[in-house]
Amino acid sequence: MTTHTSLIRTAAMSASAQLSVSNVSKTYFGKRDWFSRATRKATLDYTALEDINLEIEPNTFVSIIGPSGCGKSTLLNIIAGLSQPTAGTVAIGGTPINGPGPDRGVIFQNYALMPWMTVLDNILFAIETVKPKLSVSRRMAIAQEHIDLVGLRGAEHRHPHELSGGMKQRVGIARALAIDPQILLMDEPFGALDALTRGFLQDEVERIWEQQRKTVILITHSIEEALLLSDKIVMMTRGPEARIARILDVPFSRPRHRESLDQQAAYHALKAEMELHLSQETRAVEESRIRRKAASEA
Amino acid sequence: MSNTVMHRTGDRPQRFTLNTNQKAFLLFLLILGVVLLFWEAGARLGWFSQLMPSASATMKEFWWWISNPFFDYGPNDKGIGWLLLTSLRRVLLGFAIGSAIAIPLGILIGLSEVAARAVDPFIQILKPVSPLAWLPLGLGLLKNSESTALFVIAITSIWPTLINTKFGVSHVDQSYLDVTRTLGASRWRTLSRVILPAAAPYIVSGLRISIGIAWLVIVAAEILVGGSGIGYFVWNEWNNLKITSIITAILIIGVVGLLLDRLFGLLQAWVAFGQKL
Ligand SMILES: Nc1ncnc2c1ncn2[C@@H]1O[C@H](COP(=O)(O)OP(=O)(O)O)[C@@H](O)[C@H]1O
Ligand SMILES: [Mg+2]
Repeated sequence: MTTHTSLIRTAAMSASAQLSVSNVSKTYFGKRDWFSRATRKATLDYTALEDINLEIEPNTFVSIIGPSGCGKSTLLNIIAGLSQPTAGTVAIGGTPINGPGPDRGVIFQNYALMPWMTVLDNILFAIETVKPKLSVSRRMAIAQEHIDLVGLRGAEHRHPHELSGGMKQRVGIARALAIDPQILLMDEPFGALDALTRGFLQDEVERIWEQQRKTVILITHSIEEALLLSDKIVMMTRGPEARIARILDVPFSRPRHRESLDQQAAYHALKAEMELHLSQETRAVEESRIRRKAASEA
Repeated sequence: MSNTVMHRTGDRPQRFTLNTNQKAFLLFLLILGVVLLFWEAGARLGWFSQLMPSASATMKEFWWWISNPFFDYGPNDKGIGWLLLTSLRRVLLGFAIGSAIAIPLGILIGLSEVAARAVDPFIQILKPVSPLAWLPLGLGLLKNSESTALFVIAITSIWPTLINTKFGVSHVDQSYLDVTRTLGASRWRTLSRVILPAAAPYIVSGLRISIGIAWLVIVAAEILVGGSGIGYFVWNEWNNLKITSIITAILIIGVVGLLLDRLFGLLQAWVAFGQKL
């Protein structure tokens, strides 16, 4: 009965949705063969995600926020096609995905730039791979355009090890945008950066988003980041069997500016709600850990 | 005023302190001096066997060999330069053959878990065998001393390169592979543009170990196979009881080995792009 209604609901909603995640669950299966047991490395099955349903409209900036370890990366990797759900489907424009593809551009937390390629070569590699039929001059033009977009003009011929973390992630953003994906997926893209650089890059992403308005899914653990950038904020519960607790609408006008953001109506209410949710979930995670530790020591 | 005074007194003791490099160099000179002195005294006072030349005589001989490396008075009387070139040619040829087997095979077993497990027993059993144990087999197979030397060097060069190549190819950073997967890169493109460059530092470090071992082995192989080269020279000079030439050869073999190692060290830095192994 419940599955029936949820099927109807997804079918009804996916008419306008660009991305729909339907009934997605993910279980990491433990190791229980005799060898793992003998070496005391046996692990239990772990259900990270349970029955996730999410519809994303075109040209929306969506953030996913939740306590650490709840399964945000797991969900994003499933959407990217890098990992398979145990149950459920992900569809783009109504067509179920089977694997990764250039319709989704991924920006990685550790940048994932090829160290042996220059900034320009990293971006050209992506363009050449996705659009091998373009002429060389056209590819160069696209690459240069995106280098300019992220403000890296002049650094084209440097290798990643000669760049700061912030510059590396600019290359990551340029590479993901250069293949002109329908959807941009970012997994804590600024998590490894210092606070100041993070702020700069958030402003850059806001500026670029105003120009391009691509659908974006951003995973973050920063409430301010989510409020600055998002149209919708998906709040997840703690794992195991993490679910979506609530989806918040962020009705702030655009373009947005970090300095004046707290003057937007509802800013403080939204922020308080997110803080409450995150602290409740995080406290529950801590408590269950302490209980488990006490149980294992008893 | 008081500032300048403090500055001066603060500066003074530093004038006589040496940095680590300078200290190490002085210690090096000291050790060298002690060894040469002990050697010279031992040879003159008859502490060693009659055959052992003095340090000064050896240095004179050493200088003679160095200052005139390219003479050629027949097969058993060549300058040290010719001897080295003969041995180096052998080593590089054998090393090239070995690497031409090891790198493609390493890539294959790095990519395929099945191939890796199938080939592993061969590697595990053959790797610990002393290269010289292959020598008689080489002679039996090839009936020719020149080819046998190459065969032994080639076999020697295979293992470190093979193992390192396999490791490098199978341990490419997952995020690089995720990038190529999201871009939809073909298998060939992934291999040529991502996996091989990512594995290059490991491959070169395998080659570096291989060439070091090959250079160790060539001397022994030439002693056993005979004919020409620096190893044969060492043996020949032993038969002539010319210890000075043997010591000269030992030093020169060491220097050449060091240069080969440094060369591959440079190559390693050149392909690393800031990656740490
Ligand atoms: N390959 C894996 N095998 C087993 N468990 C995993 C694996 N990857 C992630 N997990 C577990 O799944 C949970 C969610 O992980 P993840 O999606 O990385 O969380 P988040 O990104 O929200 O911090 C964690 O408890 C983690 O331990
Ligand atoms: Mg994560």
